[in-house]
Amino acid sequence: MTNVFDRLIPTLVFIALILGWEGAVRLAGIPSYVLPAPSLIAQTLVKDWATLSASLWVTLRITALALALATSIAVALAILFAQWRWLERSFFPIAVILQVTPIIAIAPLLLVYLEPGAAVLACAFLVAFFPILSNTALGLASADHNLRDLFDLYGASRWQEMALLRLPSALPYFLGGLRIAGGLALIGAIAAEIAAGAAGQGAGLAYRIVEAGYRLNIPRMFAALVLISVAGVLIYVALEGVSRLLLRRWHESSRTRG
Amino acid sequence: MNLAPLVSLKNVSKTFPNGVQALNELHLDIAAGEFLSLVGPSGCGKSTALRMIAGLTSPDSGAINWREAAAPDIGYVFQDPTLMPWATIFENVWLPLRLRHVSRADAAPAIHEALSRVGLADFTKAFPRELSGGMKMRVSIARALVLRPTLLLMDEPFAALDEITRLRLNHDLLALQAELGMTVLFVTHSVYESAFLSSRICVFSQRPGRIVQDIPVAPPSLRDESYRASSLYIETCKIASQALESVMNEAAPQRATQS
Repeated sequence: MTNVFDRLIPTLVFIALILGWEGAVRLAGIPSYVLPAPSLIAQTLVKDWATLSASLWVTLRITALALALATSIAVALAILFAQWRWLERSFFPIAVILQVTPIIAIAPLLLVYLEPGAAVLACAFLVAFFPILSNTALGLASADHNLRDLFDLYGASRWQEMALLRLPSALPYFLGGLRIAGGLALIGAIAAEIAAGAAGQGAGLAYRIVEAGYRLNIPRMFAALVLISVAGVLIYVALEGVSRLLLRRWHESSRTRG
Repeated sequence: MNLAPLVSLKNVSKTFPNGVQALNELHLDIAAGEFLSLVGPSGCGKSTALRMIAGLTSPDSGAINWREAAAPDIGYVFQDPTLMPWATIFENVWLPLRLRHVSRADAAPAIHEALSRVGLADFTKAFPRELSGGMKMRVSIARALVLRPTLLLMDEPFAALDEITRLRLNHDLLALQAELGMTVLFVTHSVYESAFLSSRICVFSQRPGRIVQDIPVAPPSLRDESYRASSLYIETCKIASQALESVMNEAAPQRATQS
């Protein structure tokens, strides 16, 4: 019973909020170019689905590609950092500099050097890269001390220790970083698309927002915004699922308490 | 018969980088086949001695001499079970063999034997978190036994367990030693535990650790609960307790200050 109740309440709250928005717009007579009602946004979604879904696909594909690139390069780099400390001392500060410089400030520069599509990919990659790198590096360094002693005692090579001890220890940290990186990759892609703006040939969702803004087509801006949120939620749910699948047998985070 | 000790520590000293002197001129001979307990106050350097014998840390001065040319196979059991949470019980016990490139299939008989010895033959597919504290400790012991070590080092292995589990594991440990004939070096806080298990007890001083009393008890044997009522057990407890008490009354440990 409580389970049904637990699911019901948040759903009802969500529906109430949407209905409140709809009611407020209608009662106050707010024009749709200021704030469109949810029903109008839904209609726009259906009407413009062909254009918007193509853009959704572009944005999702770029985000996924950026995430895959960031994951493979960041994990490889974290492993090299863990094996050779001088590498970490030399390159980690550079990664930090890239991370703390806001992506929106780097994007115009990247657009000078790269094709718009490549620049968007590069921006999404840059913001997704750091959380994976820093979390994986932390995880690789957090292997249990007694287990490391045990590996030493049994004469493990450093690559055996990496494969059998440090990588599995780092897995929960890596997955935490990946979940953050998933959301950031989307932000990076959107920011770069907006920076590329009307000048680019980018057909992603952010471009649709900019385009609709120029035409004062506010319901379409909202429809594209809804799809961006949906994309973010999809990415989060997918990564959450991967994380749960990999950790469910052994990690404390997957233990049910009751 | 070779009467040379299996391993001997000669004039071993160790000071940690933070200035704490753990051991000072420690002499310790460990004979093959004995069950030797090291008893002493916290931080007296007994764990450091164990780690040195395992080769996990090296002495600043002094020497560790093995009877054979090289150190034999060593099993090590920590205070925590120290299992890999992401690996099954089978894979945890496989570890020492796996690190020597023994395949899963080739290692299987030895793993099943080690797990049977600790009474966990049916749990190969379980993950550590599905087991109780006592069962995890048994897995940890099985992992230490899987290489058939000549020397088993145990660093307060039962300190975190409840009394009943501890008594049972004490008994099982004696049975394993009787069956396998290995030498056991056992670090503990508990005078009673050491008196029940040991063929010999060394009481350590406060830091820096040295041996203040070397108490021979009796040859290793499979003791049962009735041993706790024997005069030998009671006498051993009394001697060890007195030694430990006099140690505890010494001045508080000091940092090494001599230049």
